[in-house]
Order: sequence, then C-alpha cells, then structure tokens
Amino acid sequence: MSLEPEAARPREGPAHEIRFTLNGVQRSASVGITMSALQMLRDVIGLTGTKYGCGEGECGACTIIVDGLSVNSCLLFALDCDGRELTTIEGLAGDARAKVLSQAFVEYGAVQCGFCTPGMMVQATHLLATQPHPDAAAAKRAIEGNLCRCTGYQKIAQAIVAAGQALAAGDQP
Amino acid sequence: MNETMTRPAAGASLIGQRIAKLDAPEKAAGKTRYVHDIELPGQLHAAILRSSRVHARIIRIDTSAARALPGVHAVLTAADVPDQRPIGVAKDHLPLKSDRVRSLRDEVAAVAADSEAIALEALRLIEVEYEDLPVVADAEAALAPGSPLVHPPIPGAAAGAPVGLAGRADNIAMRFDYGHGDLARGEAESDVVVEDCFALHYVTHCCLGVSGVIAEFDAKGNLLLYSNTQVPFLHKREFAEILGMDPARIRIIQPPIGGGFGSKLDIYPFEVICVWLARATGRPVRLVFSREEEFLASPTRQPVRLTLRSGCTKDGRLTFRAVHTLHDNGAYTSWGATTPFVMMQTFSSLYRVPHCDYHTIAVYSNNPYAGSFRGYGNLQATFAVEAHMDKLAEATGMDPLEFRLKNAQVVGEVSGQGMVFRSCGFQDCLRTAAQRSDFQSKHREYAANRNAPGRFKRGIGIASMLHVGGGAKIYPSDGCGTILKLDDFGHVTLITGASEIGQGSETVLSQLVCEELGLPMTAVTVVNNDTDITPWDVGVHASRTTFIAGNSAIGAARKARAKILAAAASRFDCAADSLALRDGHIVRAASGERLTELARFLRSLHFSDRAELVMTSFYYEPPSVHQDKNFKGDVSAAYAWAAQVIEVEVDTDTGVVRMLRVTAAHDVGRVLNRLGIEGQIEGGIVMGQGYALTENLVVEAGRIRNPSFRDYKLITAPEIPEMDVNFIESMDGEGPQGAKGVGEAPAICVAAATANAIYNATGVRITSLPFTPERVYRALHGALPALRPTPVMAQR
Repeated sequence: MSLEPEAARPREGPAHEIRFTLNGVQRSASVGITMSALQMLRDVIGLTGTKYGCGEGECGACTIIVDGLSVNSCLLFALDCDGRELTTIEGLAGDARAKVLSQAFVEYGAVQCGFCTPGMMVQATHLLATQPHPDAAAAKRAIEGNLCRCTGYQKIAQAIVAAGQALAAGDQP
Repeated sequence: MNETMTRPAAGASLIGQRIAKLDAPEKAAGKTRYVHDIELPGQLHAAILRSSRVHARIIRIDTSAARALPGVHAVLTAADVPDQRPIGVAKDHLPLKSDRVRSLRDEVAAVAADSEAIALEALRLIEVEYEDLPVVADAEAALAPGSPLVHPPIPGAAAGAPVGLAGRADNIAMRFDYGHGDLARGEAESDVVVEDCFALHYVTHCCLGVSGVIAEFDAKGNLLLYSNTQVPFLHKREFAEILGMDPARIRIIQPPIGGGFGSKLDIYPFEVICVWLARATGRPVRLVFSREEEFLASPTRQPVRLTLRSGCTKDGRLTFRAVHTLHDNGAYTSWGATTPFVMMQTFSSLYRVPHCDYHTIAVYSNNPYAGSFRGYGNLQATFAVEAHMDKLAEATGMDPLEFRLKNAQVVGEVSGQGMVFRSCGFQDCLRTAAQRSDFQSKHREYAANRNAPGRFKRGIGIASMLHVGGGAKIYPSDGCGTILKLDDFGHVTLITGASEIGQGSETVLSQLVCEELGLPMTAVTVVNNDTDITPWDVGVHASRTTFIAGNSAIGAARKARAKILAAAASRFDCAADSLALRDGHIVRAASGERLTELARFLRSLHFSDRAELVMTSFYYEPPSVHQDKNFKGDVSAAYAWAAQVIEVEVDTDTGVVRMLRVTAAHDVGRVLNRLGIEGQIEGGIVMGQGYALTENLVVEAGRIRNPSFRDYKLITAPEIPEMDVNFIESMDGEGPQGAKGVGEAPAICVAAATANAIYNATGVRITSLPFTPERVYRALHGALPALRPTPVMAQR
C-alpha cells in the first residue's frame, strides 16, 4: 500500500492523526482504522526493515519493540501506537547490545536468505535486555515465535548465546 | 558445532575456512531491499482474483463495478488478452482463464490500482458466475476410464498445438519408463523379496518472503522485471515467447530473494499477468502475494504414491528393484513433474542393483499445482528405498549398516543407469555416521527393549542418499559464465550468471576467486542479479551453483592470474611460473619475496604506453552428457553422497515422535566455506524434520484446508534435534578445489531415517508421511488403513 488520499481508501475509513516515538524520534502519522502497525511502518513511514511474513502473528518477521515489549507489529493496530514508544530494526542501529548481536549473527552464520533476520534480531535484542546471559535452550525458547526456513535455527541460537557471553565479558557495554 | 567465523591469516588459504556471508551485515541491519520493499515512482499495486471453485465452467465475468472504482487503473480478464500463449514446461497453462477453471488457485481476473487496498476492494466487486464440473480429486481417479478430463480436447485446435491450446484425450501429463538388467532374472535369483506401498504427502516451500514481482516498461518499450526467479536466463527466454517480444528487450533484475528452495524454478501466471497490467497501465506494477495466497497459489512438493518391490540373496546382495509411482501434477505441469529423472537415479544407482525397472505416470487433477522443491523427488524415492534396505537386512539377519555397506557404490563404479562415480565417499559416510552415533549397538539395544514395559521408546535409524553434485545436464547447456574485472586499486568485480538465493553462492565464489588471485575477501564485489550485465547461467537448481559457477569463476580468475604473471615475468625478467600472487602482492613463488604490490602493478599496466586493463571471461560447461532416450547417461559431472543416523523417542501413549539427535555424514568433495556448508546442512536437516514430522498441506477435494502458519506446522527453534554434522572430503577431480554440490542433499534422507528409527523403537513400519501423533498412534494400534497398490498401466 502507498500513501493515498482519503477518498481513495474505501475500506480504511477516515484517517486519524496519531503521535508516537519511533526509534527515539517523536513523530506523527495519519493512519486508517484498519491499518496495522506493520503497514504503517512499511507503507506510510517507509521503513521496510520490518517484514511481512504472514500478517497473523505466526512468523515473527514483523517483530518490533513497543514500550519495552516485543510484539508482532502485524497484530497491532496502527491507532494503538498513539502515545507509545516504538523501536524497529532500523532503530537498533545505535543500540550497543544490538551491535554485538548483529556481529554475532554475521560471524556465527545465523543469516541465510535474511528475510526472518530483522525479526530475529529485534526478538534477540529484547531477550538480551531482559535476560542478559541466555543458554541455548533459553535462546531457542525466545525465538520460538520467529520462523526461519533456511538455517535450521541452530546458528541463530548460537549467535544469541555468544552475544550474551560477549556482553557479559564486557567486550561491549 | 559452535564456532565463530575464522579470520584467515595473511597469505593463508581461504579454502575450508569459516567465512562469514558477504551479505550478512546488511541483512542483520534490516537494510536489504527485497522485491516487497521496492517502490518505484508511479508504482501501482496489483491483485489477482482466483477461482472460488475447484473445477468449473466460467459462464460470465462482470468487471464493470471494479472498473468504476476510483483508484483502479486496469482490470484484466482473459477477454482483454486474446491470443494468450500457454506457459510452463508442458505449455498447458494459460495465465488468465477464459472458459474454465481447473483448480482453486486459477487466475480469473486481475486489477492494478493506486493501492493494495483499492486493488483488493476491486476484486470484491468482480462478479463471476460458474457452473461446477465434476472434480478429479485423486490421481488414481484421474486414470480411471471415463474420468472427467482436466484438459478436454478443444475442437478446432491446430494439429500439434500444445495441451494449453488443444487439450488432450486423457489425464496423463507425463510418463517415464526406465529399466536396466532383466527383472525376471533378478526375481529368480532372490532369496528374499519384499513389497510395500508408500504414500508421500503434500508439503510446500514456505519461503519467509512471499512471492512477488514488479514489471515496468521503460520509455523505449523495453520490459524490466524485478523478479525472484531462480532461473533468470530461462525466464527471459520464456517471457519473450509468451509476450511475443524480442528477448533482447527484456531485462530481469533479481533483488535479494526471501527463500527459494525450488519454488522459483517455473514461470507463473502472476508474473505474466503483472507484465500485462504494466503494459495496460503504462506504469510500474508490483504484485505481492499474501501468506494465504502463497499457500494456495505457490507450488507444492510432488505427492507420490509408490509401490516398491525389492529382492536380495540370503548373503545380502541386492538382486532387483521394481518401482511403480503415480504423481499428482495438479491442474498444470511444472518442472516438478520431471522429478522422476531424479527418483530413478536413487532406485537404479544409490546401491548396486543389477536389475531395475521404474515406471511413473504423472496425471492431471484438480488438486494444487505441484512444483519442484529441494531434493526434487529424492525425498520420496529415498523414503521407499531405505525402508526396504532395513527390511531386507532384517530378513537376512544382517545389521542395517553391514547390509548397506555390502551394497554401497564405490569409487570407479558405473551404475546401471550409466552414472560414473569418479569420486565416492559413500562407504565413509555410512561408517562415519554409524560410528559417531554408536548406531550398531544402540540399534541392537533398542530393538531388544522394544517390548519392555514403559511408555517412551527410543529408536535409531540410518538412511543414505545419492544426488547430483556436479550439475545436471537437462537443458542444452548446463554451464555458467563469469566476467572478472580488476581495477587500478586491485579490487575485483566478479560478474557471475549464478544467482544468490540465500545459500551463500556469492561468498563461496568470491572465496574461489580470491584464492586464485591471492587477495583478501574484502577485495571482491559480486554482481549477480541483472541479465543485462551478467553472463548466461542455466539457474539455481540441482545443487549446481558451487560446482558449475565455482569452476567458471576459477576459470576466469586463472586467466586473470596468467595475464598478470605473464606481464610481471617480462617486467621482472623471470619465468611466469616462478611467480605467484599472494596477499595482494606479486611474489617469487619459491621464496615468497615480494616484488610489487598487485594494485600498483595493475596501475602500471593500465597507465602505460601499451595500456592494458585486466579483464577476463570464462564459460564453464561440465563434462557431463545428456541422458539418452532410455534415461541412461552420465548426467552430472559429480555425485554427492550422504548417510544420516537419527535417534528418536516415541511416546507410545500419544504417538508423539521427538527427534533427539541427527548424525550426518556428507561426501561434499571438499569443504570450501565451513560456516556456509554447516548452515546448508543444518537448514536442510530441519527442513527434512518438518517433512518427516509436522508439515502437511491438507488437500480435500481440491481444497487446501490449512493455508496458514497456524495450521501448517513448521519446525520451531525449541524442536530442533541435536545435530552432529560431518564432512567426507573425497576431493572430486572435476569439482572446484575438489568440491561437489550439497544444497539439496541434507533434506533428502531425514524422513527415511526417521521411519527406520520409529521401526527400531516400536517394531511398527509406517510407509506414509508425516509422522504426526495421530498417524503414529494409529499405526501403533494397527488402525492405519492399508495403502492401495499404485495403479499399473500397460507399458508403451
């Protein structure tokens, strides 16, 4: 979907103006009542790092952080983002924990086609924020809701564990 | 394995190292732009109206309300594109259906609009009146005399016209009949004969990135496609035929692909329709599926019914195999219908079988469209063969490992089908997988404990596989081209025909080039996604890219090296073969003494009186041959082997099977990128785990009942088994640095080994998939209905 005049949005109803914090920046957006946060991020705001994989909360490719919790942005109405703090994969660029994690994703071979990777990265960053030193079982549990068809998950879990260890060792903040 | 990437020391070989994927950093940052993320100026959004009926005549289509909706730019039905040309391998598929729909996925109308929401709203305004026709819901029913026809003959069609224009008098899409030796003699020599029926189910690729395409005509009227295809050059040719365009005016750009696995090997109606919409509107048009549409309208693995009869002597020598299979193509024929090419290799040549017969019929039905999928028929064939290897071993009182070793192919063997095994680590694979898993003693122990009290039973099973590992000569050329350009700063642009679909080809190709030119991985940029720039390649399939494109890249790099060293030899007044390229320098090969920096030398060549820019090209064609009309011939330049041992726990109260541990040993020729190849194997094993245990696309009377991730169960992270991945390096003489293909191999024998493990645990042999709790529970209680034999038709 692209930015369209109100009249050309037959099933979305009138647009509403919402205000929220996105990746540390305050902003507003004009969204329809049926629009998901995922559609708003991708089609209204133009941040395409968050992926559409299923649209019904089953694959985790659209995972973002809302007020400190990881959520499937396809299941969140855009309207419900009003007044909240959103972080997407793009917003992790300056995050010290995510930097260690993305390095681990690269070095441990956790990336193949890469389509699930942004969701995995966001979910794993959220895990390390709440549980800094996960073991393999905890890492796998944390990404249970994120589907990957390429890697078999093993190397993703290893990367998450290694990032936790690197952070604990004080390699990075 | 739990190791990070390696950072090779300066001058050290890159081969066998753990090299991080070149595109991993941008993917981990979410910066990679897939087809879904590209927004061209003026781009419209398309959606397709699909049939709501399984098999019906189209009486009337009314698009007037849709056309009147504000924001709609074009509505197309078959009436708007007269003279449609049929697409696909059998030319049996018209992109927009005119008088008849043959499956639920069938395209009836399409819309291009200012937004996806408007396009979807327009679809709801299109009225279609159908008259239902009898449904061919089963492959066996499709063969029955008097069955309704899926493509009935069209009166007045030109003689020799393809099925899509002329129809046909039966539902048979393709037949394959293969044989070597003398089956009757094989039977007569047998002390033990076993026969079983197998049923293999529907599964689908579930690429995380849904299907999509963008079509645009530029100011000159040339077509630009942003496509997820795995076969850009074949696609370009087929598009030219369908559109009646000069192929020179078609350019295909491949954005990074969100998963392929064989699903992007065919040309599909949605791609053609998107081009028509772009032509009708004069605007770029993007068409992207929803996940539900992906389940309904993208291909599946071929469902197969199979009857296998096998024999051996009492000392455990295989005598014969007789195979009949029935494949359900769905309403149209995909490349996947040619999976028998691969299946017959497993029956005829995985083990030494002196007498073998194989017969396949692929039929039309009103079921989902079956396509090609990683492993390409080999999961189905291996499931049956490896069940019989265990049954015959048991009947002759032999251990399953010993029985396999006795019949395993060895190096130098020429199989009954004419495949020549110049490198073959099969026996090493079997021994390694068995030793590392303690297979033999566990197999005895678990069988002995089978009837002991207790709810949970452990079992261990072994299975093997053979797959092409050096390309597959199906198309007139199985080659790939490379262009190499070195700039004034010692940087290399590697332009290859081979596509990257996530498997890591651009990384491994860069490695091979850097190894030849003595450069670090940072010295290469890969260009691999634009048919206007890249040289020809047949496509990503048949586990061929590392082997074929790798040899091509090495060829171009060696030409560049020879050119550089020849120039250096005259500059330094020595023999070219006394020089080498190492660590970004031209050095004396013997002493390693650095003569000059490579970049500096390239500049001096370029900016001199006889200016020269170092550029080379190379086209590699493997020394394989096309099969003859009897399907015999050495179709691949190398063959890959593997054995996997799988340990399971069966909950006999619930039928739940847990996969505990997979010990895999793969003959990959040589490991080029250890990090990348582990990722291929682990991912393949887990894909095989899904095929074995959870994935099942439920099709009832032509309708898919579970088109969502909620109801189609993929394996999730906590469910993966412990994986012990081992490599047998047989150093193939033709392979790039000795390597062979591996992409499809790891998924192939998982289900077969799991079946053998369940038997080991419970004494119950299940010959249909998947091993869901319900199926296993029924089998444990003798309540699984017996499978009917595969229908046999008179041979031609």
